[in-house]
Amino acid sequence: MDFKNEVISLLAEICQDDIVKENPDIDLFDAGLLDSFGTVELLVQVEERFGILVPITEFDRDVWNTPNNIAIQLADMQ
Amino acid sequence: MTPYGSFTFFFILAVLLAPTVILGLKGKRFHTYNMFVSIIALGIIFSSSINQAVALIVFTIWQVVLIKVYIAYRKKNNGNTIFYFAVILSILPLVLSKMLPYFSVVNFVGFLGISYLTFKGTQLIMETRDGLIKKDLPLSRLLYYILFFPTISSGPIDRYRRFDKDLEVGISGEQYQLLLYEGLNKIFLGFLYKFIIGYSINHFFITNLRFIAHSHFEHQLYYMYAYSLYLFFDFAGYSAFAIGVSYIMGIKSPENFNKPFLSRNIKDFWNRWHMSLSFWFRDYVYMRFVFWMTKKKWIKNRNLLSNLGYILLFLLMGIWHGLEVQYIIYGVYHALLMVAYNSFERFNKKHKWWPQNKVTHIIAIIITFHVICFGFYIFSGQLFHKGV
Repeated sequence: MDFKNEVISLLAEICQDDIVKENPDIDLFDAGLLDSFGTVELLVQVEERFGILVPITEFDRDVWNTPNNIAIQLADMQ
Repeated sequence: MTPYGSFTFFFILAVLLAPTVILGLKGKRFHTYNMFVSIIALGIIFSSSINQAVALIVFTIWQVVLIKVYIAYRKKNNGNTIFYFAVILSILPLVLSKMLPYFSVVNFVGFLGISYLTFKGTQLIMETRDGLIKKDLPLSRLLYYILFFPTISSGPIDRYRRFDKDLEVGISGEQYQLLLYEGLNKIFLGFLYKFIIGYSINHFFITNLRFIAHSHFEHQLYYMYAYSLYLFFDFAGYSAFAIGVSYIMGIKSPENFNKPFLSRNIKDFWNRWHMSLSFWFRDYVYMRFVFWMTKKKWIKNRNLLSNLGYILLFLLMGIWHGLEVQYIIYGVYHALLMVAYNSFERFNKKHKWWPQNKVTHIIAIIITFHVICFGFYIFSGQLFHKGV
């Protein structure tokens, strides 16, 4: 499984909704799938699984808004 | 002189910013001139109180030295204790200024805007800890960021890296024209909100309530809604001034309000009301607390952890407003609302008890509106000062 799919399946786990796999361009915050708590869980998991450390204030909701965009951001930081 | 408090202030601003506008329209850089304007404007704002001016200068030196020393330290080391110590030192002036009135007659620590400036200092310490600020910050920029006069008295609370980007970017004449237009638009919206609507609610309704209301209960009820609307129009009006003037100076200060009375629930409300403050608490208190607890695996229950985070956030926010009883109860009220809403949201996700459609959306807005207004009623202190 490539990196992008791994990120998206992690998001599906955290949001507890497979819609992120079906529509990877959905705005997670607008759709109510991700909130502050979910974001922290995501960042902890990203650190544990991929070894990428994303500081909380680096997570700008305007940029890290959709599954695809989050995957792009994380790929950049790899 | 109170910022945005009188037409004289706006007149002085117009004169001071005329060269900024001319430079901007010609597509020339104006930040150096704007720094000069900021010094003059601060002089005018604080000229009425030498005590406050001195407190502001001492505070600024304190924060700048602390930030510089911490950045230098962080380049080589990353100790926990030093980080906590730096955060404590950064909020110490604010804590002193809030406590001192209880012990002493003169408050030589406090000044207009200390609560807001503290956020900027603490934020820099935390972002340095995160490794987001690596290089030493140029002194002039750091000072300009902390002392940026349009937002000095009550925010919006900007972030250093965002502010710094605005200073870097080149603005063409055409782009500046748009920025100027938006800025002026905001300033006139501010006039409408603060000096027309807010003023009218207070002057014609709240001060005449004893003639309008027929009973004590009616009086309190009218006060609750009128005060809530007044608070919004007054503060949103002020924010529009601060943001508008920032735009004219080429700095896109963040927004503070996004139709808060149309919130669907309490969580939504905190994404719309005094946003620069609530986002600060979200990013630097709530999320950090949850992150830390999750990593250390001290609290495994997700709901408990989230609720504890909310309680911490809103208690701190309450205390930040002041140590008076109404602010603390206001914090407790919102903490309890968030905890209750959290449980409701979880329950609803499972049982789909509250459907999502146009009717329920409107009902949700109406319920949230009344709940919020009661919060402002607590905040107003009316409950605790009988006979005012």
